[in-house]
Amino acid sequence: MNTIGNVTGIIANLVIVETEGTTAQNEICFIKHGDTRLMAEVIKVVGNKSYIQVFESTRGLKVGTEVEFMGHMLEATLGPGILSKNFDGLQNDLHKMEGVFLKRGQYTDPIEIDKKYKYKVLAKQGDKVVAGSWLAEVEENWIPHKIMVPFTFKGEYTVKSIKGDGEYAPKETIAVLTDKDGKEHNVTMVQKWPVKVPIRAYIDKPRPFKILETGIRVMDTLNPIAEGGTGFIPGPFGSGKTVLQHNLSKNAEADLVIIAACGERANEVVEIFTEFPELDDPRSGRKLMERTTIIANTSNMPVAAREASVYTAMTIAEYYRAMGLKVLLLADSTSRWAQALREMSNRMEELPGPDGFPMDLSAIIANFYARAGFVYLPDGESGSITFIGTVSPAGGNLKEPVTESTKKVARCFYALSQDRADSKRYPAIDPIDSYSKYLEYPEIAEYLNKTIDENWTTSVFKAKDILLRGKEAYEQINILGDDGVPLEYHIRYWKSELIDFAILQQDAFDKIDASSSLDRQNFMLQKTLEITDMDFEFDSFEDAGPYFKRLINALKQMNYSVYESDEFKQNKKELENVLNEQKERTSASADEHQKTEEVKA
Amino acid sequence: MEKETKAFQRVYTKLYQLTKATVSLKATGIGNEELAIVDGRLAQVVKIMDDIVTLQIFGGTEGIATNAEVIFAGKAPSLKVGDDLAGRFFNAYGDPMEGGEIMGEEREIGGPSVNPVRRKQPSEFIPTGIAGIDLNNALVTGQKIPFFADPDQPFNQVMAMVALRAKADKIILAGMGLTRDDYLYFKNVFDNAGALDRIVGFINTTEEPPVERLLVPDMALAAAEYFAVEKHEKVLVLLTDMTLYSDALSIVSNRMDQIPSKDSMPGSLYSDLARLYEKAVQFPDGGSITIIAVTTLSGGDITHAVPDNTGYITEGQLFLRKDSDVGKVIVDPFRSLSRLKQLVIGKKTREDHPQVMNAAVRLYADAANAKTKQENGFDLTDYDERSLEFAKEYSRKLLAIDVNIETDEMLETAYDLFATYFKPEEVGLKQQFIEKYWKNKS
Ligand SMILES: Nc1ncnc2c1ncn2[C@@H]1O[C@H](COP(=O)(O)OP(=O)(O)O)[C@@H](O)[C@H]1O
Ligand SMILES: [Mg+2]
Repeated sequence: MNTIGNVTGIIANLVIVETEGTTAQNEICFIKHGDTRLMAEVIKVVGNKSYIQVFESTRGLKVGTEVEFMGHMLEATLGPGILSKNFDGLQNDLHKMEGVFLKRGQYTDPIEIDKKYKYKVLAKQGDKVVAGSWLAEVEENWIPHKIMVPFTFKGEYTVKSIKGDGEYAPKETIAVLTDKDGKEHNVTMVQKWPVKVPIRAYIDKPRPFKILETGIRVMDTLNPIAEGGTGFIPGPFGSGKTVLQHNLSKNAEADLVIIAACGERANEVVEIFTEFPELDDPRSGRKLMERTTIIANTSNMPVAAREASVYTAMTIAEYYRAMGLKVLLLADSTSRWAQALREMSNRMEELPGPDGFPMDLSAIIANFYARAGFVYLPDGESGSITFIGTVSPAGGNLKEPVTESTKKVARCFYALSQDRADSKRYPAIDPIDSYSKYLEYPEIAEYLNKTIDENWTTSVFKAKDILLRGKEAYEQINILGDDGVPLEYHIRYWKSELIDFAILQQDAFDKIDASSSLDRQNFMLQKTLEITDMDFEFDSFEDAGPYFKRLINALKQMNYSVYESDEFKQNKKELENVLNEQKERTSASADEHQKTEEVKA
Repeated sequence: MEKETKAFQRVYTKLYQLTKATVSLKATGIGNEELAIVDGRLAQVVKIMDDIVTLQIFGGTEGIATNAEVIFAGKAPSLKVGDDLAGRFFNAYGDPMEGGEIMGEEREIGGPSVNPVRRKQPSEFIPTGIAGIDLNNALVTGQKIPFFADPDQPFNQVMAMVALRAKADKIILAGMGLTRDDYLYFKNVFDNAGALDRIVGFINTTEEPPVERLLVPDMALAAAEYFAVEKHEKVLVLLTDMTLYSDALSIVSNRMDQIPSKDSMPGSLYSDLARLYEKAVQFPDGGSITIIAVTTLSGGDITHAVPDNTGYITEGQLFLRKDSDVGKVIVDPFRSLSRLKQLVIGKKTREDHPQVMNAAVRLYADAANAKTKQENGFDLTDYDERSLEFAKEYSRKLLAIDVNIETDEMLETAYDLFATYFKPEEVGLKQQFIEKYWKNKS
C-alpha cells in the first residue's frame, strides 16, 4: 500500500506534506490537484512532515490536497527507443505531449511500448550472468541495442530460458533467470533505474589511457580530453560555451552524444533538432541526429526538474556505456543546476554555504563527475562516458563556488576568456590558463606518441612554451613601447601569434575548418613549429607584423581548404614562397657573416 | 472539490500579521498564487502554512489596519485578451487607463512555456535601418535582446525607433518605472507615426508603487501570446526598464526575509528573468514574439547581477555608449552581440555581409589598440594613423544610432571606408568579394 498524505504548506514549489505512513528521502510522490497529478520528490523529512519539491507549477494548490507516495525514487526508463529523442528533464517524450504549451501534470512514455523490435539472441540457456550481461540485441536505428540483465540484479544468475531470434515488443518477457536460491525472474527489454544512483554494472574502471578525438585543435593538440575523461568549460556569457559544446557534439569521435540542455535557452535546443537531422556525421556518414539524444530542461521549464535533467542524462549515458559504446555527455550549464539547488536550499531555510549555495555543493558535483569514466564490462568489452560540462560564473569571475568545486574534480579545464571572445579569437579557450591533466598521465603520453607522432608530446609542450613566451613579450612591448624593446621581442610575439592563428583559432561555422583530423593537426603543428624554429631578420619591427600576417594568412587558407587537396597544396606552396623570402635573406646574411669571418681570418 | 466561481469569494476581516509588503491571516481553502483584494488593494498569495495565508500587497501595506477587509478572488492574476486590446493603454492590473471595459476572454498571466519541439528556428531578419544593429548585430523575429545602457543614454528613443521600423503587426509596450514624460513620449511617437492602433501598453510609472511593476511584463506577454498564437501575428514586446523590474523583485524578497544573493538580488533572479524572456518565440505558422528590452546599467558595469543574469538569458545585447571622438551615441561593436545574427546574415542579406562585418570590427579593434598606444605616449605607425581615421568615419557613418539606411548601402559604405584607408590585403576579405565589390571603389 502506498503512503498517503495531505498538503499542509506551500512556498513556491516547496510543499510540506503530513503523513502517517513511511516516506523516504528522494521518494517520488504525486499531488492530486484536481484532475492533474503533479510529480514531486521528497527532499527532507522531519517527524511526520515530508518536504517535497514539486517538478511543476504549484499555482492554485491548496492545503489539504491528497499526496500519494510511490515507494521509489525518480527513475529513468531504459530500453530501446531512447535514441534520437527529445526528452524533458524527467524523461517525458516532448513529441508526445499535446498542444503548443507544456501542460503541467502531463507525463509521456519515453519509449514505444507497442513497437516490435528485430531481436537477436546472444546468451543461451544455462549461461551464468550478472547485472549488465548481454542477453540479446535489438536494432535501434543503427545501434545493436543490448538487452541486459537488469542493473538491480545482485550476484550471479543462470539463464533458465531465453527467446530465440524474432520480433518482440519492449515489455514482452524475453528471458527467465534463476538466482542462487532457485527463484525465477522475468526479464523484458525495459528496466528502470533511479537516476541519482550510479549504475555500477562493470568489472573495472581503469584510469583513462587514450584520448577522445574532438576535431577541435585547441583541445586535441594542446589539452586533449581522455576517452572516459572529464572536463569543464567556464566562461562569461557570450564567450562561446554553447557554440563550443555544439561543435563538440557535431565533431567528436563518439558513438553517441547525449546533450543535457540545463536551464539555458530553448532556441539553442531548437537549433540542434532543426540542424542535426540535416547534418552528416563526418565519421559514420549517418545524420548527426541519429547519434544524438537531447534532455531539455530549458530556463523557462520548471526549476526543480533542472537537477533531475542532468541525472537523467547521466543515467541514459551509463545505460548505453554498458552496451559497450563510446558516449559523450555534454551539459550546458551545470551552474543552472547548482542554482536550482540553491533556490531550494534557501526555501528550506538551510544554513547557506558560500554565495548561498548549499554546503554540500562540492560533494554533489564531485559525485556527479565521478560517474563518467572508461569501464570494462562483464562480457569483456569496454565502454566509456566522457563528460564535459559548462559553468556560467556570475560576473565572469572564476572565484565562485561552482567553478571552484568543479575545478577540484574535472581533469580538463577549458577557460573561455572574455578578451579572446571580444577579439573574435574563437574558440576563446585561454591557451595559458587552460590545462588537461591527462597530458601528465604517462599512459596517455605513450598513447599519443604512439598514435600521432613519436615526438608529439614534446612538440605540444614546445608550442605551449612559445605561447607563454609570446605573451610575456607582448606584455613587455605594451609597457616599453614598440621601439622600446629589442626586435627579438617582436619576433617572439609574432611566433606565438602564428600558433594562435594557425592552431588555436578555428572557425566553428566553416564547413571545412570546423573539424580537423588528428593527422591534419599533426601536420599543422609540425609545420608551425618548423616556422617558429626558423631565424628571422627584419630591418625594423614595423616589417615583422606585415610579414607574419602573410604567413598567418597562408596558414589560415590552408585551414580553410580540404586537407591535402589541390587547393591545400596551393596554399602550402604560397606559404613556402613567403618563407623562402626569409630563408634567402637569412642565408644571405649568414654568407655575409661567413665572409666577414673569413676576411677577419 | 470546491468549485471556484464568483460565489466562492470569501471575505475575512482579521489580519494576523503585517509587514511592509505582506499581510498574513487565517483562511482556508485558498489556492497558491491566488489573487485577493486587501483593503481595496490587489494582493497575491505567496505562502500558505497550515491555515495561515501570506499575501503580497502590490501597492504596499501603508495604512492597512488589522481589521482590513480581505476578499479572495479564487483565481490567479489574469488579463482579458481580445482584439479589443489594440490601441489601448492599461495599468499594471490590466485595467484600461481611460476607464471602460475590455471585451475578451480571461487568461491567467504567467502561463506555461512553449514546448520546445513546437518552436521553429527563427529565420526572419528584422531590418531597423541602424547599421550598428543591422550590419553588426542583426535582429531576428523570435529573438530576445536587451539594450544595455547607462540611464543617461537615449534608450527609449532608440527602442521606439526600432519598434516603428520593425514592421510588427503589434507592438506591446511594458513600461516599468517609466517616467511620466517617457510614457507620454512613447504615446506621442506612436501617435505621430499613425501606429497607435497597433500598440498595446501596460504601464507602471514612477508615480505608482514599485511592486506593482511585477505584474507588468506578465500582462504584456499574455497579450503578446494572444496575438502570436491565436492571430498568428508578428508581435514585438518592449520591456523597459528591466533593472527597475528587478529592483522590485529584490524589494519583495528582502521584505520576505529571503537570503539575498549578489547585489542584494534574490537567488532566483536568473529563473525570474528567464521565465519572461523565454516567452520570445517563433511559431511554425508565422506568429512570433520578439522581445526588445532595456537593462539600465550603473556606470557601464555589466558584472552587476541584473545585466549579468540578463546576458546569460537573452540572445545577445546591444550596448549603447557615447563616442566622444565623434560626439554621437553609437552601438558599441565590441560589447554588443546578436546571437541569432548568423541565422540571417549572408543568407537573407548579401553574401559578403559576415565578412564585411567582421573585417570592419577587426579594423576598429586595431584603432582601439592604436588609441591606447597614443594615450600611453608611444609613436604611431602609418597603419595606426589610418586605422584611427577609419574608426572615426566608421563610427560616424555606420555605428551612430542616427544612421538610417538599407543593409546593402551599409555594405557599400563599409567598402568605401575600406578603400579610403586600407589596401585590400590589410582588410582580409575573401578574394572573390574583393573582385566583386571592392574593384569599383578607390
Ligand atoms: N567558435 C566560434 N566561431 C565563431 N563565432 C563564435 C564561436 N563561438 C562563439 N561565437 C560567437 O559568440 C556568440 C556566443 O556564443 P555562445 O556559445 O552562445 O556563448 P555562451 O554560451 O558562452 O554564452 C555566438 O552566437 C557567436 O556569434
Ligand atoms: Mg550558452
